[in-house]
Formats: sequence, structure tokens, C-alpha cells
Amino acid sequence: MNRRKLVASSILHLVLVAGAVATVIPLLWMVSASLMPAGEATAFPPRVLPSRPTLSNYEALFERLNIGRAFLNSAIVAVISTLCSLLFNSMAGYAFAKLRFRGRDRLFRFLVGSLAIPAQVAMLPLFLLLKSMGLVNTYLGVMIPLMATIYGVFLVRQFMLSIPDELIAAARIDGASEWQIYWRVIMPVARPVLATLAIFTFMSAWNDFMWPLVILTSDEKYTLPVAIANLVGEHAQDIELMMASSVLTVIPVLVLFFVLQKQYIAGLMSGSLKG
Amino acid sequence: MKTHFAIALLVCAALVAACTGSHARTEIRVVEFWGMGREGEVVAELVPEFERRNPGIRVAVQQIPWTAAHEKLLTAHVGGSLPDVAQMGNTWVPEFHVVGALQDLTPLEAASASTNREDFFDGIWETSTIDGRLYGVPWYVDTRVLFYRSDLLRDAGFDAPPRSWSEWVRVCAALKAKSGRDDFHPMLLPTNEWPQPVVLAVNLGAPLIAADATAQFSEPKFIQAFTFYLDFFRRRDAPVVAGSQIANLYQQFGEGEFAMLITGPWNVGEMRRRLPAEMQSRWTTAPIPAPDGTPWPGLSIAGGSSLVVFERSEQKEAAWKFIEFLTEPEQQVRFYKLSGNLPARRSAWDDPTLRQDRELAAFRIQLDHTVALPRIPEWERIATAIFEQGELAARGQFDAVEGARRLDVRVDEMLAKRRWVLAR
Amino acid sequence: MKVRRPAFGAEARAGLVFLVPAMTLISVFFALPVIAGFVLSLTDFDIYSLGSVANTRFVGTANYSGLVDNAVFWASLRNTLYFSLVGGPLTIVLALGAALLLNAKLARFKPLFRTIYFAPVVTSIVAVAVVWRFLYHPRVGLLNRMLDLVGIEGIDWLGDPHWAMPSIILLSIWKNFGYSAIIFLAGLQNAPEELYEAAQIDGAGPLRQFWNITLPELAPTFAFVTLITAIGYFQIFAEPYVMTPDGGPLNSTLTIVMLMYREGFRWWNMGFAAAIAFVLFALVFGATMLRGFFRKGVAR
Repeated sequence: MNRRKLVASSILHLVLVAGAVATVIPLLWMVSASLMPAGEATAFPPRVLPSRPTLSNYEALFERLNIGRAFLNSAIVAVISTLCSLLFNSMAGYAFAKLRFRGRDRLFRFLVGSLAIPAQVAMLPLFLLLKSMGLVNTYLGVMIPLMATIYGVFLVRQFMLSIPDELIAAARIDGASEWQIYWRVIMPVARPVLATLAIFTFMSAWNDFMWPLVILTSDEKYTLPVAIANLVGEHAQDIELMMASSVLTVIPVLVLFFVLQKQYIAGLMSGSLKG
Repeated sequence: MKTHFAIALLVCAALVAACTGSHARTEIRVVEFWGMGREGEVVAELVPEFERRNPGIRVAVQQIPWTAAHEKLLTAHVGGSLPDVAQMGNTWVPEFHVVGALQDLTPLEAASASTNREDFFDGIWETSTIDGRLYGVPWYVDTRVLFYRSDLLRDAGFDAPPRSWSEWVRVCAALKAKSGRDDFHPMLLPTNEWPQPVVLAVNLGAPLIAADATAQFSEPKFIQAFTFYLDFFRRRDAPVVAGSQIANLYQQFGEGEFAMLITGPWNVGEMRRRLPAEMQSRWTTAPIPAPDGTPWPGLSIAGGSSLVVFERSEQKEAAWKFIEFLTEPEQQVRFYKLSGNLPARRSAWDDPTLRQDRELAAFRIQLDHTVALPRIPEWERIATAIFEQGELAARGQFDAVEGARRLDVRVDEMLAKRRWVLAR
Repeated sequence: MKVRRPAFGAEARAGLVFLVPAMTLISVFFALPVIAGFVLSLTDFDIYSLGSVANTRFVGTANYSGLVDNAVFWASLRNTLYFSLVGGPLTIVLALGAALLLNAKLARFKPLFRTIYFAPVVTSIVAVAVVWRFLYHPRVGLLNRMLDLVGIEGIDWLGDPHWAMPSIILLSIWKNFGYSAIIFLAGLQNAPEELYEAAQIDGAGPLRQFWNITLPELAPTFAFVTLITAIGYFQIFAEPYVMTPDGGPLNSTLTIVMLMYREGFRWWNMGFAAAIAFVLFALVFGATMLRGFFRKGVAR
């Protein structure tokens, strides 16, 4: 029996590791190439590891190409839109899940139906709208489409359906106001789904390319993906430099996921159940 | 006493500072420039010289990635956030003219001592001229010439590249006879590229699009050129492949899988970079062969980028100064050395680096013989339709006459809106 | 008797107040532009309209009926279906497999594996494009070098019309399976432990347990993953756009949203582009309705 377990465990880990290797190879190669001196990534015969690891690509990014500024812009945009998204989506999701009012479910079904609309169709009208509001070339203009999303509301609502009504009823009997119930009772219980939503929003804000490119007109406000796309145009030959910039974009989101993953999974757990 | 003096001094200093400060603020004008991709980066290196010569003007350069430049310009126009000056591919000029984004530069150019119309190549100048008005000043040029393997042609008995269309066909036959290889084709005409059939068509003077926005592909001259194009495939002088199916153009050219192709100036640099050193003396360039009965060289198409001023700019005068600067011969040469883009002015070509370049000589000759393409916003779509029908015909689905008829139908459909607008 | 009647009025009021921020943002910055897009789809709004609005005509449903005999549209529809019907199931199966492995009691280092499987999901598409275009490079790319080692002639992954779409699908599976895997993992962790214990006592093997317990318990998760994968894949844009921006070779990677994008932002045919968007919406909406019928059938 113990022997069988050992065999099973070995096979399991063999498959797990094989899958992980296949998944991670492009990313590892990205890291490895980012540490190579110029020209080595395309050399023949091929190289897997740098002959002598160097940080010169990263230095070049920060010193010559001012990627630090883009990094800061992305951080500002991603953090603020994530905070707003957490507040607005959780309020709406809570209302859809737990507060009864007329037309609630019909409105919700309508929202879920609109998930199927490709967002690009709204790009030009949205741009015109923001232009008329004077939000072109502002961080707010970049963040607005991320602050409240149908998917976010949907995610929160699915989770909150599983919160027992008794919890809310008890708080009402204790004389808590509706805001207090939301803030003091619901929000602590909803931590997992908030983690899910936080990662999701942060990821979208951090990685979005087309919208910031269109809405931002001055390059000191460019976010990281836009700055990288600029690099691609001009330094397409400098593979090593491109890889270094890619590594820089991936790391913050990966760290966030690693830290929040337990909560993230718990958030999805109840969310998917009532799909 | 001392303190009073100190205070007075401070006040004076503050006043002086305030005066010069506000003075400087009213004097300095900022010109916003958008450059695409690598060119945007190169411009930044030219700017210090301009600012040194024009102390009152500061140029703010912004780089736009080529991949999204069109979207960016469109939304910026609609949103009124365009810069003062920008670089723009010649084929985009008609589009941005139609939407009313471009400043008419005719009077500025007429009054300018620096831009000298006569010094610019004619076909290139035409590309940014619409209905007799100038909307862009050519910055760098792009035209197509014949790239060929001189060693293979010599082996086949031709010491010089073909000068006429009939000689061109003979060269192909001789190359094929000499080679004896199955995978060898004398020509490469990628079926997903429109410039090749269009170059042939302009050589015969095919009108393509009439002034009333009707398609003219069933016109005999176009059919004749289209037939000549398709015959390369019919005779198996060129393989029926799209450019994207060619794994490595340079490698295959170097290995002699084909001996001639029609392409642009950027490939001079690429060939030099990618072909091994011993190959460098075995290839060169030549102007386009001329149809029989017309003088050599043949014609090619005029492309490249122009510099435009946007209609809503509040710094038109300063913007124009910057254009004058970028197009002056000295800066054109510097720009060539930094970016490899060919100058649009004849006098810039007097520079030794350009004059003594063996592969650029053909470009210099060709640039005096270029034709501007139809200046309508639909052109890029029409060009796509030309190679799409060309590809189907090359695969033997129908002949040149039927291909031309189909083109007429499709292009007339694309131009329906234009005809309606013109009729209003 | 859960909630007292008098609270209902206050509760409804609170509900509406709680909706205000999100719903205001969604209506102003999503619904309004979408409606504007729909109005555009009934006009011939194009480059000439940008010059002067007077150059715009109301054309009714002409943009929609024009799609019927538009060969490129049908090609893009075929490509999108090919992508979704091949890439979708593969993504889901791979995700389920990864989730089952990660959920196994014997598995160690779970957080590490989870992060690795999830890493492609959080990687910016711009960065992904840089890496993968290089992996797919016909001469120096990692994939062809590996094929070379086992003696297979290299493939022009993105240049050959037959291989271009499979290449995009492979990339998309790699990029997206981790997202669904984590959702499956969450669903698996929800399955009550007692069921498995009971089954073990009854002598059911792992395969039977999987078939009789895991799959039924996972049904809602499965439905959810299918829904978001279907919506995401029908609207696929970023992956093919960064790899083959013009939809080539020979339009073999042109998807519906790419076509819409090209018509709208490359050729400025906003009216026509908007019509394409709403046809896609109808398709996806139809597909999700089908799923609804299917589920009702199963429930009965």
C-alpha cells in the first residue's frame, strides 16, 4: 500500500513538473535572455543561459529609456483603479445579492447579457465622451473604464449569494445601518472575493495596451505596455532589451498573485458555484 | 541699514527673476512633433541643432509605435489632440486631408526660401499634393527597384540587368536554362504584395482610377500590364507564393533560389546585414525595365513619408520652420546616416556617402522616374484588392480579363461613397 | 421570516443607493458608448463623415445585410469558430487536468505550482508577443530548434496559412488555461470530503470516484468556465493581433473582432465595423442562450 502510494506520488509529481516546465519555459527563457549581453539571444549555435549574466539591459531601460517613469505611471493607474473597483463593484454586487428591490434580478440578467458585447465597439464613442469631459491625457481617463465593470459586479454577487442571510438579519436586529452592515459585516466575510477582484483588476489595468495608448497623448504619462510597444518598434533587434522590459512588467502581478493566491482561490470557489 | 540693503537687493533680484521669467515664458514656443517608431527616436537627435538655431522654439518629440499609429492619429484628430507637426506615410495624406485635419501648406511653401520645389523629386512631391494644393513636404522617399544576382545573370550570359520588358523575359528564360534546378525561379513576385503589379501598370500608363472615382481596370493598358504580370507565373518564371510563406528571403536569395525581385530601399540595408560577406559582390540593384518602345528606365511608384502641419495647430509658423529644418539637404543627409531612409531632395544626394553607394545608384536614377499613386483615401484598400485578385488569377482561377472585371466590380463598390460625396 | 417586513423599504432604498456608483459608471462609460455604437451601425459613417457629418447617411440594416455576401466576414467567422471550437475545449480540458493534479492529496509545493500555472495569465500580452514571436521564429526560434534536434524539418509557424491559426491557438491555450485551472481548483475544493470517504468505504476506485462524484460536483464550475471561455474566445483579439496584426497569412488568423477593428480603425468604416460588433454580440448571446437550454435539459 505504501509502495503504491509512493509510485502514485512519483507519477503525479512527474506530470506536475512536466506541465510546469512546459508552462514556464517561455517565461524562463525570457528571464535568461534578459540577462544576456546584446546579440547573444539570437546567436548560433543557440544559447540557453547567458555566457556571463549582466544587468546592463535593465540599467539601459531605466537610464536611457526612462522606463522607471512608465513603471510609476502603471503603478498609479493600477493601484487606484483597483481600489475603486473593489469599492464600487462590491457595493453593487452586495446589492444584487442581498438587498431586495423591484426589478433587481431583471436588471442583473440584463447586465450579464451585456458581457457578450465586445468592448472595442465602444472605444471611439467612449473616447469622444471623455474628450468632452476633458479627461483625455489624464490618469482618470485611463482608469475610468476599469473602475466598475459588469464582470466585477457579477463576480462579487456570485460570492455574496453564499453569505448566510442570518448574518445580515442579526446585524439589522442589533440596529446596524445598511452602510454599517456592508462595511462591518459583509466586507470582512467577502475578503476572498475581494482578493480575486483585486488581482483581476490590477492585472487588467497593468497590462492594458490599446486604451492607454489612445487616451494618453504625452509620453511622460505612458504606461508600461505602451512604453514597451514603443520599444518594440525601435529596438526589435535588441531582443535582450525587450526581454528585460517584459520581465519588469510580469513581476509585480506575479508577486501579487503569489501573496493573495489562497484568498483568490477561495473567492472563485463560491463565485463559480452559482454560475 | 545692512538689512535694508539686503532686502532691497532681494526685492530687486526677485523682480529681475520675475521679469525674465515671464519674459521667457512668452517668448518660448513649443512645437509638438509626432514621429513614428525608429524615426521618432532619430528626430530627437536632430532637434538640439534646430533649437540652437531657433532659441525661441522648443520641439517636444513624441514617439508613436507604428503598430498603432493609425488608431492614435484618428482618435487624436476626432478628439482634437493632434500635435503641431507629424510624420505621415504618403498614403495616409489623402485620408487626413479628407477629414480636414491637414493645413494647406501651399502659401507657406511659396514664401519659403528654404524649401525649393525644384530640388525635390517630382513623383514624391506629387504624393502630398491634392487638387493642386500642398498638404505635406516629402521627408524621405521609398520607391521600388529591381534587386538581382549579378553573378547568376552573368553566368546566363547577361553582363547587365534587363533594360526592356522583352529582355527581362529573355533573361528569365536564360536563367532557367542555365540553372537546371527544380526549385529555381528567376523572379520572385510575392502574391501578397501590390506594388509589383501596380509598377507594371503605371509603366504602361494605365489610369487605375478615373477622376470621377470609377475603377478603370478593364482599360486595355491595365489588362496588358496585368497579363505581363501573370505571365511570370504562367511561364513558371515566378513561384505562386505569398511573402509570408517565404521562410527567409535573404537566405533564399543568397542560395540562388531566385535571381531577381522588386523591392524597396530598406532591403539594401537588410541584404548587407544578412547576406554573408562573400555574397556582397554578387548582388546589386537596377532601375525598373521599361516597356518595349519606351525610353529606359521604366517607371516606379513614389512612396515614403511626408511632414504635415495640422490644421488646428496654433504654432503653424514655428512648425513650418521645423519642417524647413528637417528637409534642408544637410539634415536630410544626417537623417539618412542615422536611419537609412533616403533623402527626398536631389541636392542631398550629392553627399559622397550617398553618391558613392553602388546599390543606391539605381534608386537615384529611379527617383527621377516615379509616379504618384491615386490620392484617394480608399487607395490602400484598392491596392489590397489588386493583389488579392492577382493571387487568384496567378493560381489559375481566371484570366487577366476576368480578374480585371472582378477588380472593377469590387473597387467600384469601395468607391461608391466617394462618388456620392463628389456628386453632392 | 428571515427579514422583517418594515425593513423592506429601507432595504430597497439602500440597495438602490449601493448600486449608484457602479451603475452610473457602467451606464455612462459603457452603455452609452455602446448605444452610440449601435446607432452608428445603422449609418454609413466613414472617413467622409469625419470630414463633415453631412456626409453621413442613414442606411437602415444595409450594413448587416452587406455582411451576408462579404467573403472576408465569412472567413473571419470561420476562423473565430475554428479558434473557439478547437482552442476552447483544449483549454478547458488542460485546465481541468491541471486542477485535478493540483488538488491531489499527495501533491506537494501546491502554491508554487499554482503560481507557475497562473504565470502566463498575468503576463502582459505585449510581453507574451515578444517572447512567442521569437519562439516561433522559423530560423532561430526555440520551437524549430527543438524540432531540429529530433530531426523534423522546421515549420514556418506564423507564415504558413495552415500553421498560423494552430500557432495562435497553442499560444492562447498556454496563456489562458491557468485562469480556468484555478477556477476548477476552487470548484474541486468545494466537493464535500465525506462523499469521497463514503465511496472509498464502498470500494469505488479513483476512476469511479471521478466519474460519480467529482464530475457531478464540478458541473456548475464546468458551466461557468465554459461560459467565460466561450465569451472570451469568441471575442478573441489580443492574441492574434499581437502575433499577426494584419490577420495574415491569407487572412487565416483574421478573427471577427480583428476584422471589426480593421474596418473601424484602419479603414475608418465605423458604421460597418459597429454592425460587425453587434452580429458578434448576437452570436455570443445566442450561444449562451443555447447553454441555458442545455442546462435546463440536464436539470430535468
